[in-house]
Amino acid sequence: MSEAYVERVTHSLLREVELPLGAGTMALITLHNGLDIMKPNSLGEQTLIELDAAITKAYAVPGVVAVGVTSKPFSFAVGADLKGVEHISDHADAVAFAELGHRVMRRLGEGPVPSFTFFNGIALGGGFEIGLQSTYRTAASGIRLALPEVAIGILPGWGGNWLAPNLVGADKAVTAIIENPLNNNRMMTAEQARDLGLVDAVFGGADFLASSLMWAAQVLQGDVAVERAEIDRSEETWGAAVARARTIAATKGRGLYPNAERSIQLIEAARTNSKDEGFAAEDQALADLLLSDTARANIYVAFELFQRRAKKPAGAPDKSLARQVTKVGVVGAGLMASQLALLFARQLKIPVVMTDLDQERVDKGVAYVHAEVDKLLGKGRVDSDTANRIKALVTGTTDKADFSDAEFVIEAVFEKMEVKQQVFGELESYVKPDCVLATNTSSLSVAEMAKDLEYPERVVGFHFFTPVAMMPTLEIAPTDKTDEATLATAFAVGKGIKKNCVWSKDETAFIVNRLLMRGLLPAMQAVDEGTPFAVADEGVVKAGFPMGAFLLVAMTGPAVALHTAESLIRSFPDRFATSPGFEALVAAGKPGVYLWDEQGNQSVDPEVAELWKQGDSPSTSDEVARRIKEALADEARLMVDEGVVQAPEDIDLAMIGGAGFAVNCGLLPVLDREGISKRVTGKRFLPPGVASVGS
Amino acid sequence: MRRTVRDVVFVDGVRTPFGKAGPKSQYAETRADDLVVALIRELVRRNPELPPERIGEVAMAATTQTGDQGLTLGRTSAILAGLPRSVPGYTIDRMCAGAMTASTNAMAAIAFGSMDVAIAGGVEHMTHHPMGEGFDPNPRIVAEKLVDPAALNMGVTAENLHDRFPHLTKERADAYGVASQEKYAKALADGKIAQDMVPVAIWSNENGWGLATADEPPRPGTTMEGIANLKTPFRPHGRVTAANASPLTDGATACIVAAADVAEELGLEPKMRLVSFAFAGVEPEFMGVGPVPATEKALAAAGLSIDDIGLFELNEAFSVQVLALLDHYGIADDDPRVNPWGGAIAIGHPLASSGVRLFNQLARHFEARPEVRYGMTSMCVGLGQGGTVIWENPRHADYGKEDAQ
Repeated sequence: MSEAYVERVTHSLLREVELPLGAGTMALITLHNGLDIMKPNSLGEQTLIELDAAITKAYAVPGVVAVGVTSKPFSFAVGADLKGVEHISDHADAVAFAELGHRVMRRLGEGPVPSFTFFNGIALGGGFEIGLQSTYRTAASGIRLALPEVAIGILPGWGGNWLAPNLVGADKAVTAIIENPLNNNRMMTAEQARDLGLVDAVFGGADFLASSLMWAAQVLQGDVAVERAEIDRSEETWGAAVARARTIAATKGRGLYPNAERSIQLIEAARTNSKDEGFAAEDQALADLLLSDTARANIYVAFELFQRRAKKPAGAPDKSLARQVTKVGVVGAGLMASQLALLFARQLKIPVVMTDLDQERVDKGVAYVHAEVDKLLGKGRVDSDTANRIKALVTGTTDKADFSDAEFVIEAVFEKMEVKQQVFGELESYVKPDCVLATNTSSLSVAEMAKDLEYPERVVGFHFFTPVAMMPTLEIAPTDKTDEATLATAFAVGKGIKKNCVWSKDETAFIVNRLLMRGLLPAMQAVDEGTPFAVADEGVVKAGFPMGAFLLVAMTGPAVALHTAESLIRSFPDRFATSPGFEALVAAGKPGVYLWDEQGNQSVDPEVAELWKQGDSPSTSDEVARRIKEALADEARLMVDEGVVQAPEDIDLAMIGGAGFAVNCGLLPVLDREGISKRVTGKRFLPPGVASVGS
Repeated sequence: MRRTVRDVVFVDGVRTPFGKAGPKSQYAETRADDLVVALIRELVRRNPELPPERIGEVAMAATTQTGDQGLTLGRTSAILAGLPRSVPGYTIDRMCAGAMTASTNAMAAIAFGSMDVAIAGGVEHMTHHPMGEGFDPNPRIVAEKLVDPAALNMGVTAENLHDRFPHLTKERADAYGVASQEKYAKALADGKIAQDMVPVAIWSNENGWGLATADEPPRPGTTMEGIANLKTPFRPHGRVTAANASPLTDGATACIVAAADVAEELGLEPKMRLVSFAFAGVEPEFMGVGPVPATEKALAAAGLSIDDIGLFELNEAFSVQVLALLDHYGIADDDPRVNPWGGAIAIGHPLASSGVRLFNQLARHFEARPEVRYGMTSMCVGLGQGGTVIWENPRHADYGKEDAQ
């Protein structure tokens, strides 16, 4: 392992406990990294070595009748130390790491006395496997338990694939190991884990440990019998579970998780192989995957992007500079503005005032918000007190004087520079000089919008993605004049509404739309050249887009897409263009390219086929995908070099959360891995080891 | 509508193992409120016939009401224990007699009809909150000589008692202390102590989680010779030593009290019936005699005499203070009716909680001794008070009939 990395060791504290009922002495191990609740335990090499020593001491306690494992208050362990794992670049090292975990943890289940794991808090991956390796397991009510490894490109590596099916049967193991991770990384509650048989007993959190120790005493005395359901080991039943797992990997996983297949094979083999064989196979599978670039990219997305960068956005000034925001104004009452108003009211819980050209539009916007709140209430997502509160917070006005005490006003009006300039100019006569004026523009220049204001330093780009409630990315774009306090306030508001804020230079279409447009262009051109629409779309999806070009455009609205394209053409005429076919589509007011019949079969709208003149040199979907990726590499390099982003990683973070682009691996790791970055731009975007195996 | 007073019974009681206060206490890194929560949950578990929503109050006591003993502990512990939000709670302070006061308040409220069932008890974590924490005596106490400042020190008042009653010698105090240790050790060996003890999970940052199952303060094997020359910290060449005084202690107690008719309705077995209770004030400099006037008042209210009392649970803040009460009533130092299982000198005295420990133990004595009709729990209180509660044994043949005159 690299010297640069220092493991945050989780120590194994050992204490002798007199069990109730005279059941004898338990050697109780407490996992404790010495840190508070914000930094849960994780399991690295040194941690396992210390656990090993503690287990030895535990079994050596005179008269010991059982060994227990629990953890510092509020969380158990969140899995293997992935920060350490990122530094493994040698297959033998990876196997050794897997072997170490197996060797140490299996001692819990194979010792001279039974073992009990008491899950007093969240236990994920290797943390949960400590329990699976033990004889018995209890869990505190309501905590989360999971084996999420498949969701991040690897697989349970310390026994889960063999122990779970041998404990609860293949189908329930598949639920925990394959289905849940690929289903938005769903986790089990303690009660659900107990219902699956993965945990033996659940106790309330208030006196969880005392209750667990009493239960342990009762089990040891024979007063409580632990029921383990008989497992159906027939080939048929086991095979059905395995088949179900493969279906899930193909459908829910959309084929993006080849690692799932490795796990499924281990589960399959667990029907008949021995624990030793199962663990050895797991060693190899985990090592193979840890050493795979795809898994490294998955881990990069889950941890580097969504844990670290999203929580501490690069380019954000110190948060102490942010001004307090107690009231927000929203200009515009159309659909986008209404979605914003709802978001601000719901998350920030402060008054939100909406305005538009006339009272009728304003009323419509406020009514939309109220209707959305009622929907949330109907679904039980908010209770009636909260619903009342949110509704009361959102009001409408045609009198801009109502904005005078707002500290943050965002405009979401028609995407035309003159209109936005006029809105800002008018607002300025009502709001305080340091009220932040934010624009949701997707492709106009923020600086241009601010240029005639008396206090342009309080203007900032604040760009959302639709649907606003779902897409986590929020592009924050300061101009050269934007002051630190405004920028800090923007990031603070962004954090308050639970978005992943990504700093962008005030450059046309910021990060995501610029890249998306550049990427869609080859698809349009391919269609112009004669590629069938569906084939081009296949290429688009292969390149990492969440859906085909024409569905994507239909979602945004072709006119809006064209407008963004035109802005980009004006700014970068050498690289951006539209296709005549696409322009014809927009001119005809067509919402999209496809039609669907009652059975859901897709076909090209014949009218579109008429409008969109095609050549006679079609490309394959692979060729389209290649051209798209090369274009993306080219554009991404320019963006990195021109400082459009603070770091290349922000491109991935923005694209995943703004467009659902390559959600499990990001854009740049793939370009690097396939050599496209080097071929098109001369070098990689990310150093080896960041989203790939290091050298 | 005229109110009628109804009978109130003690249904069940528990306590935590006690810790010896100080940095090495088993509870050094465990919160006081968590001790109370553990007890509330155990009481509910032990009494499944009692639906939690019928609990009309959580009446708690703590002398120092800050930190982990603050924030209206009786209410917060109810929430933390998972009781329904509809159950109210409070915390009171009468120093050593906190739990005794909380429980008698609750029982009086039940008798009056304001509620049917209550959980009452007390906690004192003397490691976290040493006696006198946050002390700010009013300057008039000294300036107007209202109270001798020395009286603010419990041990000094015990020395004062030895002065007032010279026949209560150090030897007698020491012998009483040794007997307390012996009686506790025997009761422990006989499995009596564990009955109402609730194991509590305890945290140590250095060693991780553990389980408190035993009292730390007792010193088994204490002998007269061994304690004869112990320091007398409250007065040079004095009489009061660590062997004839209760140690500083961490611990909590809790009990369920209920209207007798509601207990019957719910199927809860009454273990004691409240006959009377009284509190009284005495000179703070002689706080140890507090139990005397309190007992007089309680007996008078009950229409009983001391001869009717067949069992005593007296708090042993100091040997001399117990002996003072016994002496007043002509009861021998080693009368078998008195503290059959030892007392605070061995077990410890977490200030506000001890009252309910006395109740718990008396209830167990009643169980084993159906021929005893009346029992008494009594204690002295800092700043010169005393509290006494008189109980009737439901197992006695004459239970429920007119009280003896």
